[in-house]
Amino acid sequence: MRRSFLPIIVVIAGLLAIWYAAVVPMNIKMALTAAERTGIAVTPVGAKERRDRSAMLLVVQNTFAIKDTFALERPRLPAPHQVATELWNSTVNKKITSKRSLVFHGWITLSSTLLGFAIGTGLGILLAIGIVYNRAMDMSVMPWAIASQTIPILAIAPMIIVVFNSVGLQGIFPKAIISAYLSFFPVVVGMVKGLRSPDQMHLDLLKTYNASSLEGFWKLRLPSSMPFLFASLKIGIAASLVGAIVGELPTGAVRGLGARLLSGSYYGQTIQIWSALLAAALLAASLVALIGLVQRLTLNRMGMS
Amino acid sequence: MTLVIFAFVFWLVSWRMNFVLANSAASETRLIKLVVPVIFGITILVVWELVVRGLNVPLVILPPPSVIADTFLAKLPILWKDFIQTFVKGALSGYLIGCTAAIALAILVERFDFLRRGLLPVGNFLAALPIIGTAPILVMWFGFDWHSKAAVVVVMVFFPMLINTVAGLSETTAMQRDLMKTYSADPWQAFIKLRLPAAMPFIFNGLKISTTLALIGAIVAEFFGSPTLGMGFRISASIGQLALDMVWAEIVVAAIAGSAFYGIVAIIEKGVTFWHPSQRG
Repeated sequence: MRRSFLPIIVVIAGLLAIWYAAVVPMNIKMALTAAERTGIAVTPVGAKERRDRSAMLLVVQNTFAIKDTFALERPRLPAPHQVATELWNSTVNKKITSKRSLVFHGWITLSSTLLGFAIGTGLGILLAIGIVYNRAMDMSVMPWAIASQTIPILAIAPMIIVVFNSVGLQGIFPKAIISAYLSFFPVVVGMVKGLRSPDQMHLDLLKTYNASSLEGFWKLRLPSSMPFLFASLKIGIAASLVGAIVGELPTGAVRGLGARLLSGSYYGQTIQIWSALLAAALLAASLVALIGLVQRLTLNRMGMS
Repeated sequence: MTLVIFAFVFWLVSWRMNFVLANSAASETRLIKLVVPVIFGITILVVWELVVRGLNVPLVILPPPSVIADTFLAKLPILWKDFIQTFVKGALSGYLIGCTAAIALAILVERFDFLRRGLLPVGNFLAALPIIGTAPILVMWFGFDWHSKAAVVVVMVFFPMLINTVAGLSETTAMQRDLMKTYSADPWQAFIKLRLPAAMPFIFNGLKISTTLALIGAIVAEFFGSPTLGMGFRISASIGQLALDMVWAEIVVAAIAGSAFYGIVAIIEKGVTFWHPSQRG
């Protein structure tokens, strides 16, 4: 990890530099139009003239406008510091009960993510146990569980929301169903692999101890499935978050990070979109990191890492 | 009510059948391995049909499979146009551009150990993010037509593809590289004959993950704005009209397209990486 520290910093710095460099040509036309309105001489006069010009050429001709491109109110591409400022303003400087606080919206999304993730993981583990202990279930369900991973399940998210709305269920539950559905199959597939991971020697050893199959489950199969479980939990929680965000789209952008994305795109509030996106990214990263931490602690305790 | 009871009986009978088949002596044969999941699938459809009809579930909550099939056949021309717009124009072009770009960058990066050590964790991090959220931004940049959907797909497939390719290219052992040296292979030959083939299982793993991501990206991006055709557009528009049979028909299309896309990539993989242990069993 320490060996990669410097390279990671360099790569991130490189990405930020590319981002900053891209801001100039992306926003130059808007910046020039704004400058022209305040009476500054701009090289090709009139927005119509400039529309078909290449952005690079405009930058070269109007070098004075470069600093303006970083400070537009609704830029096509906001600069990193603009997004960071907005993120700071809408998390720390706002009361968390405010409708403009990202903490508020993030919590809405997080709560349905976690509820769905818990449901999906629980059911997934149960089904995996069923599959491992029941051959008929294995042969019937497993091919479908694997095939279902190639299907864009997310496409049905809007329908689930609307259907649950029409039977009177609103709030976090319909979104949680989507999250549950998305985290369900990775957990099933990973857990089946995990519960089957003890090799024949170990299973035979337990037989010589005259262990019942329940004891075999608790003392051998479940512990040895843990690395597989955690690997699929990490995939599952990321998928759950995406499910919750997409689940917030069809209800018409009321609450949650998905709603922030949608209302931002309705009103051209690009900085709002980017900060919601960054908030979602931070949320995803911390959820995955949290599971990684639990994984390390658990596996350490079990002496497996 | 009789239909519901019949559904329950049908369930019990078919489950019993699967139970017997799965525990019979012939359960390891190819035929049984195919028949059992098929019976299960048919059972689900029959039970769904009977329960929905038996309990008179309204069409706007859950249409029975027969109605979905009718809609599917009746609206085939529309579905085909949506398929072309979303899958061929949006998903497929984005998939090709994204995967090519990611593989090219991975080959470049792999030559520099410093970059590789920096890019791999960052790429891993980015691959886990809800990248689908960039859809509104890209729709704003590239307009409502398929170009913006292709752009979303490019961004979605790029990072999984990049990390898989980089991981694959560093798969060779020192022994194998030394052998190349004793053959006096130049770096280019060593790349073509050793490192690229060795990376193929990883590259195909990335390609397979990306098939699903590409379709998801193209469909969800249409929720943020699209011309009046496309699978995502049709889904959100039909939901507005409570035409759930049409939504399900589109989902059938998405399922067929998704599994066929995955299947084709898997077949190509079988041809290219025939030497790999996972393909020989």
